[in-house]
Amino acid sequence: MSASPLKVHKVKEKGFSAFLLFSGTLVLMVLGAFFVTLVLQSFPLFRETGLKFFTTSRWVPMENAFSVLPFIAGTLMTSFLSILIAFPFSMALSILLGEYIKTGPFAAAFKSVTELLAGIPSVIYGFWGIMILMPLVQSLQIKLGVIPYGVGVLTASLILSLMIIPYAASLGRDVISMVPGDLKEAAYAMGATRFEVVAHIILPYARSGITAGFFLALGRAVGETMAVTMLIGNSNFIPKGIFSPANTMASVIANEFGEADGMHTTALIAVGLVLMLLTGIINSIGKSIMKRFQVGG
Amino acid sequence: MKELTVKKRMAKDRLFHSLVLFFASLVVIPLLFLLGYIFKKGIAVINWDFIVSMPAGVGESGGGIVHSLVGTLLLILIAVFLSVPVAVGAALFINDHPKNRISQLIRFTVDMLQGIPSIIMGIVIYIWIVLPMKNFSALAGGVALGIMMLPIIIKSTEETLKMVPESLKEASLALGAPYYKTVLRVILPAGLSGILTGILLGVSRIAGETAPLLFTAFGNPFLNTDLFKPVDALPLLIYNYSTSPYPEWIRIAWGASFILVTFVLILNLITRWVVKKWQIKF
Amino acid sequence: MADKVLNIRGLNAFYGSKKAVADVNIDFFKNKITAIMGPSGCGKTTFLRCINRIHEVNIEARARIEGDIFLNGENIAKMHPILVRRRIGMVFQKPNPFPHMTIYDNVIAGYRLNGIKKKKHEFDTLVEESLRKIALWDEVKDSLYDRGTFLSGGQQQRLCMARALAMNPDVILLDEPTSALDPIATAKIEGLLSELKEHVSIIIVTHNMAQAGRISDYTAFFYLGEMLEYGTTEKLFTNPAHEKTENFLTGQFG
Repeated sequence: MSASPLKVHKVKEKGFSAFLLFSGTLVLMVLGAFFVTLVLQSFPLFRETGLKFFTTSRWVPMENAFSVLPFIAGTLMTSFLSILIAFPFSMALSILLGEYIKTGPFAAAFKSVTELLAGIPSVIYGFWGIMILMPLVQSLQIKLGVIPYGVGVLTASLILSLMIIPYAASLGRDVISMVPGDLKEAAYAMGATRFEVVAHIILPYARSGITAGFFLALGRAVGETMAVTMLIGNSNFIPKGIFSPANTMASVIANEFGEADGMHTTALIAVGLVLMLLTGIINSIGKSIMKRFQVGG
Repeated sequence: MKELTVKKRMAKDRLFHSLVLFFASLVVIPLLFLLGYIFKKGIAVINWDFIVSMPAGVGESGGGIVHSLVGTLLLILIAVFLSVPVAVGAALFINDHPKNRISQLIRFTVDMLQGIPSIIMGIVIYIWIVLPMKNFSALAGGVALGIMMLPIIIKSTEETLKMVPESLKEASLALGAPYYKTVLRVILPAGLSGILTGILLGVSRIAGETAPLLFTAFGNPFLNTDLFKPVDALPLLIYNYSTSPYPEWIRIAWGASFILVTFVLILNLITRWVVKKWQIKF
Repeated sequence: MADKVLNIRGLNAFYGSKKAVADVNIDFFKNKITAIMGPSGCGKTTFLRCINRIHEVNIEARARIEGDIFLNGENIAKMHPILVRRRIGMVFQKPNPFPHMTIYDNVIAGYRLNGIKKKKHEFDTLVEESLRKIALWDEVKDSLYDRGTFLSGGQQQRLCMARALAMNPDVILLDEPTSALDPIATAKIEGLLSELKEHVSIIIVTHNMAQAGRISDYTAFFYLGEMLEYGTTEKLFTNPAHEKTENFLTGQFG
C-alpha cells in the first residue's frame, strides 16, 4: 500500500521544518559546546591549584607553575599600544572617506585598497613583519642602546596596528557617513567652517559609534594570533617595557599547545577560556553600543 | 566677547584638512609597500613547476608547493560542504521566525561566534576531533574552518532573504505549493546571490587562516588527500617556512604568500561581480 | 533703497545643464515677511539656498549660479560665505536641532560653531531672550540642560528658529518650516512670525498658498524657475496679473 501524495507532502514538510530547527539549534549548540568544553577541560587546573592561576605571576611549565597574568599583561599592552598607534590614522581615514571624499575615483581606490588589506592573512603580515619591521625596530633599538631583540611588544603592536587600521577605518567611515546631512547643513548655515562642522557636529554626534568601533577593533587585536606570535618574541614574563619580548594569550597557545601535555595542556586551555571570555565581553560591549548608535543616532 | 578672524578660522580649516590627508596617505604607504613587496618577491618565485611539484629537500633549490595547494583546496571543500547546509538552514529558520526566542539567540550566537579568536577554534576542535581520533586530520581542520565560515554565510543569507518580498512567498503558496517547495523553489533561488556572496566571503576569510589549523590539520610535507590524515595548507606552509633559517624556504614562503593573496584577491573580485550582477531587484 | 535688505539681480542657478532658477530680479523689504510660493519643482528652494550661499556646501548636488545678490548694498559673492551665513540665518523643512547638544547649547550653537566666546551670563541672557522671542522659554526653562530630543516637532522647530535668531541675523530664510508639523504647531509658528519681523526680515518658502496669504506682506510667485509675479500679498491674491498665478491660487495645479 502506498502513502497518499498528501501524506508524503506532510512528511516532507515536517522533515524540512525539523531540518531548519536542527540547523538553528546546531549553531547555538556549537557556541555552547565551545564554552563548556573550555570550562570542563580547564577545570582540573583550578581543582589542583585553586586561584593561583590568577594570583601568581609565574608561568614555568617545567615546575608546574601556571599563571595567566604575564599573558594578560602582554595582551593588554600590545592591544592598547596598537590601538593607540592606529587611532590617528584610522580617524583620519574615516573622516576623509566619511566626510571629505565620499564618492569619486579616489574614494573608490582607498576603499579597494583597504578592503584588499583587510583580506591579507595574518600569517603574511607576520612574515612581512619579520622581514621588514624587525630589522627596522632592531636598528632603532641599537640607536637607543637597548638590547636589539627586534621582536617584542612594540614590533607586535606595530604590525597589529597596520592590521586593524583598515577594519577600524571602515567602521569609522560607516559611522561618520551616518551623521544626518541636515545637521551638517544647519551648522554650515550658521557660518561654520568644515573643520568646525567636523569638530562640533560630526564627531560629537558619532562619538558613541566611534567608541563602539574602538571596542570592536580592540576585540580583534586581543584575539589576533599569528602575526603577533611571529613578532612578539615569546617570553613568558610580564613585559617590562615596550621593547621587551612577551607573549599574548593567543600567542602562548599557538606556541606551546603543540608540545604541551598533562597539566600544561590544561593550563593552556584555561588561558584559552580567559581569552574567549575577554574577547566575548569586549565584542558584546562594542556590538551593543553600535546597535544603540544605529537605532538612536 | 572674543572672536577669531575669518582668516584664522579658514587657516585652521585648511590645516585640519591637510592633517587628515597627511595621516590618511601616511598609512596607505606601508600598506601599499606591503602589497608591492609580496608581489615583487612572489612573482620572482612563481612558475609552473612551483605550482605542480613537491618541495625539494633542504639545501636543494627548486621544488614546489603542490601539497599545500591541494591541502588548502581540500580543507576549503570540507569547510564549505559542512557549513553551507547548516548556515542556510539556520538563516531560513531565522527568516521564518524573526521574533522567535531561538532566532534571537541564534543572532546573538552568530555575533559571538564571529568574535571568537581563531586560535580557540583550533584548540576546541583539537579536543573534539583530534583527541578522540588520536590523529591530526584534514577533517578536523575542515571542521574548524567550517565553524569560522558559519556566521559569515548565515549573515549574508539572512540579509538577502529579508529582501525577498512576502508577496513572492504568498504567490507560491497561493498556487498550492507546499511550504518546503516554496522555500526550495522560490525563496532560495531568489536569495541565491546572498548565499553565494556569503560562501565567497567565507572562503576568502578562511583561506588564509593559520591558527585554527595548527593543532587540527597540523601540516604534512607530503601530498595527502585522505580526510583522516594530516594535510598541509598554504598558510601553514608560510608560517613554517617563513620562520625557518633557510633562504630557499623563505623564497618559497614568498611564492606561497603571493599565491594566497592572489587567490583572496580573485575571490574578492568575484564577490563584487556576484553582488553587482546578481543583485536581486524586486 | 534704504527699506530694502536684499537686492537680487539677474540670478540664474543651474544643476549641470539644467536651469533651476532663471533670471530672477527681486528686492526684499526690511522687516517684512516675504513669501515665495509656487508648485513643487519651481525652483523656490534652490533660489532660497543661493541667498545664503548654502548651495555651495557640497552635501547634495552643487548648483552653479550667475547674477548678483546684495545684502544691505554689499555683494555677497565678495563676502566670505561664513559671514554671509551669519548675517542670513536659515530654518529647514524638517526640525533639525543638534541631538547631541542640550537645549541651551543648541540656542548658542552658532556661537560655539563660530568660535565666539562670551561670558556665561551673557550667554544666559542671550538664551533667554532668544527662547522668549519664539515663545519657548516658559516651556523649556526648567530643562535647559537636557537634550532637546524629547521636545515635540513644533517645539523642536521653534528651537531651530531660536538657534538662527540668536546670531542676530539681518534676514532669516525659512524653507517650508511647517511642512512637517501638525496644524496647531503650524499656527503657533505662523503667529510668531508677525512678531519676529520687528527684529528681522523674513523670507519664507511655502507651497501652501493659504499660509502665504495668512502671514506674508509680500509674495513672489515662482513657476518653472522663473519669478512670474511679485507684489504685496493683498494685490497678488486679489488681483493676480498673471494667468498662471491665478490658476495656482484657484487650485488648478500644484
